[in-house]
Amino acid sequence: MSIAEEVNCLRRIPLFANIDTSKLKLLAFTSERLSFRAGDVLFQQDEMGTCAYILLRGEAEVVVTGPGGPLAVATLGSNEIVGEIAILCDVPRTATVRARTDLETLCVPKDHFLQMIADFPQMGLEIMRSLAHRLEQTTMRLREVLAAQAT
Amino acid sequence: MESSIFRFILRHSVRQQIVLTLMTLASFPFLYASLDLPKRIVNEAIAGKKLPESFLGFHLDQVSYLFVLCGLFLTLVLVNGGFKYVINTYKGRLGERMLRRLRYELYVRVLRFPLPRFRKMSPGEIIPMITAEVEPLGGFIGDAIAIPVFQGGTLLVYIAFIFIQDPVLGAAAVSLYPFQGWLIPRLQRKVNQLGKQRVRAMRQIADRIGETVSGIQEVHTHDTASWHLADLSHRLGDVYRIRFEIYQRKFFVKFLNNFINQLTPFFFYSIGGYLVIHGQLSFGALVAVLAAYKDLAAPWKELLDWYQQKEDNRIKYEQVVEQFHVPDLLAERLLREEEDVPFTGALAFRNVGFGEDGGSAILEGVTCDIPLDGHTALIGVGSGRDELAQLAARVLLPSSGQIRLGERDYAELPESVTGRRAAYVGATPYLFAASLYDNLVYGLRHRPLRENGESGEAAARRKDRQTESILSGNATDDVHADWIDYAAAGCDGPEDLKARILRVVTMVSLQDDVYGMGLNRTVDPEQRPEVAARVLEAREAMRAMMMNNPDLGRLVERFDPDRYAANATLAENLLFGTPVGPIFQTDALASNPYMLHVLDKVGLTGTILETGHKVAETMVELFAGLPPGHEFFERFSFIGFAELPDYQAILARTAKEGLGALRPEERTRLMTLPFKLIGARHRLGLMTPELERKLLEARHLFARDLPEDLKHAVAFFDPAAYNAAASIQDNILFGRMVYGQAQVQSKVGRIVAELVDQLHLRDTIVEVGLDHPVGVAGSRLSAAQRQKAALARALLKRPDLLVLSEATSGLDTSSQTKVHAAILGERKGCGLVWVLHRAGLARAFERVIVMKDGRIAEHGRFDELNKPGTLLHELVSAE
Repeated sequence: MSIAEEVNCLRRIPLFANIDTSKLKLLAFTSERLSFRAGDVLFQQDEMGTCAYILLRGEAEVVVTGPGGPLAVATLGSNEIVGEIAILCDVPRTATVRARTDLETLCVPKDHFLQMIADFPQMGLEIMRSLAHRLEQTTMRLREVLAAQAT
Repeated sequence: MESSIFRFILRHSVRQQIVLTLMTLASFPFLYASLDLPKRIVNEAIAGKKLPESFLGFHLDQVSYLFVLCGLFLTLVLVNGGFKYVINTYKGRLGERMLRRLRYELYVRVLRFPLPRFRKMSPGEIIPMITAEVEPLGGFIGDAIAIPVFQGGTLLVYIAFIFIQDPVLGAAAVSLYPFQGWLIPRLQRKVNQLGKQRVRAMRQIADRIGETVSGIQEVHTHDTASWHLADLSHRLGDVYRIRFEIYQRKFFVKFLNNFINQLTPFFFYSIGGYLVIHGQLSFGALVAVLAAYKDLAAPWKELLDWYQQKEDNRIKYEQVVEQFHVPDLLAERLLREEEDVPFTGALAFRNVGFGEDGGSAILEGVTCDIPLDGHTALIGVGSGRDELAQLAARVLLPSSGQIRLGERDYAELPESVTGRRAAYVGATPYLFAASLYDNLVYGLRHRPLRENGESGEAAARRKDRQTESILSGNATDDVHADWIDYAAAGCDGPEDLKARILRVVTMVSLQDDVYGMGLNRTVDPEQRPEVAARVLEAREAMRAMMMNNPDLGRLVERFDPDRYAANATLAENLLFGTPVGPIFQTDALASNPYMLHVLDKVGLTGTILETGHKVAETMVELFAGLPPGHEFFERFSFIGFAELPDYQAILARTAKEGLGALRPEERTRLMTLPFKLIGARHRLGLMTPELERKLLEARHLFARDLPEDLKHAVAFFDPAAYNAAASIQDNILFGRMVYGQAQVQSKVGRIVAELVDQLHLRDTIVEVGLDHPVGVAGSRLSAAQRQKAALARALLKRPDLLVLSEATSGLDTSSQTKVHAAILGERKGCGLVWVLHRAGLARAFERVIVMKDGRIAEHGRFDELNKPGTLLHELVSAE
C-alpha cells in the first residue's frame, strides 16, 4: 500500500475528513506503517503511550482490566483511530488494544499528532466529537456488562 | 620553583649559556674581518693603491690579489653563516629544552596542588598559562645572556676607541646614556604594568570562554547568549584599551630613544665642528669619532631592544609562576616514593577537622576508628559525610587533627600506598577520553612494569627520546611500556585480566550496556580473526533459525545477491555492500563516474533521473509549508530546508522545458535523491518490479567491473565473509530489520541475544564493547553508565579500603539493589566505607557512623543504635 492509498484511507476517517490532502500526505509520510498479526497486542493498559494508531485494515478489540478481570469494551475497524487518549493528555494507556484479525495500522507519533492539532483546529473539534461518541459507546457497553453480571 | 626567569635560566642552563656566549664571542673576529675585507678589496685590489709586496710569502700581481681577497671574502661569508647557523640552532634547542622543562614543572605543580585549590582555579586559566603564555620564553632564553654580553662588549670596545681618540668627544658621545638609562626603565615600568593587566584580562577571557563551553546548555535554556556576548565584548574592549595603551607607550619609548640617539650627532656636528674650525680638534679625529659613533648606535639599539624584550618575558614568567606558588603544595615525595605499607587494623581518626581557609569548618572533632576488614556505613544530616569519606580515602587531607594507620601518619604516606590500597568513587566520577577498557584499567597504571618489546630502530628512537627527556628534566618513563599491574587485579596476565574485567563489569550491572556497545562496533577481521569467525557462525545460526521459523523470518530481510532488498536503501542495493571511506557514500553516488557508467550501461540513468524528479516533487509538496528548522526536515525530508528553493527552481524549469534542459549539476542534484529511497519505509510507490530488476543487473555489473583502485572503497555483502565495515550486529543479521513490524528492534534484539548466548559469544562481544570510546569526560555514556564504570574501575584494582560516596545515585532502583548486593558480597572481609543516601540501607553494615552537621553524632552497630531517641532511629523511621 503506498502513501496515496493511505491518504485515501485517512480521508475516510471523520477526524481527517476536512484536512488538506498535502497535510494528510505529510502525516502519512512521517508516520510508521506497522502490521500486527491476529492476537498481537498494540499496547498494554497502564503503559505510557508514545503514539496513536490509525487502523487501515482489519479489526482490533479494546480490553479493560478491572478488579473483575479483563473486559472487552469495544471493537474497532478500519478507518478508526485508537490510543489517542494517552498521547493527548499524557496519562497511561486506559485500555489494552489487541488485534482481532491481521491488522494494518499507521502509527502516528505523539509529537506529530499534537503538532497537527495545533496546526489545524478543525481536527481538534473532530477529535472532541469522536471522543464524546466513544465515551458514550463505552459507557453503554459497560452498563450492559454490569447488567449481565448482576443477573 | 625559581621566582625569576634569570634564576631559572642560570640554574638549569648556566653551562649552555657560557657555551653560547663563547661561541658568540668567537664569531666576532670573523664578523669584523668580513666587514673590513670589502674595504680592502676596493681600496687595495681594485683601486691598486696599496698593493702589498707579497701576500703570505707569495708574490701576487693585482688580479691574482683580487681573486685571493674575493676567495677570502667568500670563505668568510661561509664561516659567518656557519657560526650563525650553529649558534641559532644551539639557541633554538636550548630555548625549546628550557621551555619543555618549564611546562613540565608547571604540570608537576598542577598535580601537586591541594584539591581545594581547584575550586578557585579553572582549567580555562591553567591551560593557557602552561601552553600559550610561556611560549615566547623559549625564544628569549637563548638570547638572555649572549646578547647583552656580546652587544655590551661591542659597545664597550667602541666607547673605549672613542675615548682613546678624544676623551672629550668620547664623553660627549656617551653623555646621554646615563639619562637614557634612567629614563627608559621608568617609562618601561608603566608598560610592564599594562602588560600584567593584559595577561590578567586575557586569562579572564579564557576562563569565560571555558565557562561558556561547559555551561552551554544553561546559555540556551535561559536565553543568555546576548548577556554572554555583551560580557565578552566588554572584556575584549578592556584588552583592546590595554593593548592600545601599550602600543602608544612602547612607540613613544622608541621615539624618545631615536630622538636621543640623534641628539648626540647633533652635538658632534655643532660642538665638534666648532672646535675644528677653531683648530682645537683635528678634522681627521672628528671624522673618526663620527664613524665610531655610528657603529656605537647599532649595539646600543640592540641592547635597548633586548631590555624591552627582557622586561616583557620577565613579567610573563613571573605572572605564570606566581600562580603556581601555592601554599601547602603536596610534597613531591608523596607522588614519587615507592613504599608498601599494609592496610591492616583500622584507620584511626583523632580529633580530625576539615575546612577551607576562611570558611566555616565542614568537619569538626571527628574521632573514630574505621576498620579495614569490615563494612562501615556513613549516614546523617548536614555537611561532612562526603568529606569524611574523602579523608578516609586520602583524597583530602585533614586541616586539623590526625588520621593514623597503625604507627604511620596517614597524611604522610606516599600515593604509591594510598592510591593503590584505597579507592574512592564519588557521585560524579570522571572518565577519560579513551576506550572503556582504558578507563577500567586506569587504576592499574601506576608505573611502567614491562618494557614493550620493541627493538632496532624503535628502541633506538626511544633511547633518544629518553636522553632528551633527561636533558629537559622531564620524566623518563616510557608511556608505551606496559603499565598495567596485573598482580594488583589478582591476575597473571592480559587474558586473565579480561576474564576479571568481565566479572567486575557484571558485578556493577554494566554488562548489558557493554554488550550493546559491542554489537554496534566494527571489528577488524584481520586483527581478530577468531571474533570474525564466531560472528559468521552466529550469522549461519541466525539464517537457520529464520528458515525454520517463518515468524522470525518476517522480522529480518536477509541480503540475497539475487534479490532486491526492500528494507535497504537503493544505494545499498546497488553497492550490495558498505561504503568504506567517502568514495561511495550515498550522497556522492550521483556524481561518482564509475557509478554513472554502470547506470548508463544498464540503461538506468534516465529512470533514476525521473525518479529523482518525482522524489523532489513529493518532498517539495510535503515540506515546503513547514517553518525553517522544523524537526521533520532533519528526520524525514530528503531535502534540507536550505536546499528547498534550489529544488523548487529546478522543478519549475523542468515543468517548462523538460528534464532534458537541465544543467549537469542540476541533474546530479536530482539523481542524488533516489539513492536514499527505502522501498518498504518510504512507500512513495516509486519502486517498480521493473526498476528493481534493472537495479539488480546494475548491482552485478557494479561488482564485476569494479576497477582495482576502487576495490578498497566498498566492503561487499558476502554471505560467507565477514564485513569489516559493518557492525557485529549487522554482520549477524546480514540483512535489514523489516519496516512495518511492531517492536521489531526489541524482538530482533532478543533473538540475537539468545543466539549469542547459545554460541557463547556474549563474552567476546562484551570484550569488543570494551573498546567503545567513552567520549570527552565520558560524555558518550549515560550518567548511570559512568557511575558503573567508575565502580568497576575501583573494584578492579582490589583496594584494601573501598570508599563509596553516593556512588550509585544515578542507577535505577532495581540495578541499585543488585549492585549493592554484589559489592557487599565482593567486599566481604575487606574494608568498605559507604556514604548512603538512605539510612535503612545501613542495616547490612557492621558499623554505622551517624553524622550531624560535621560532627559524629552516633557510632556503633546498627541494632544497638536503632532505638527510640537516637538520630539513626529518627532517620530510619522517616523513610
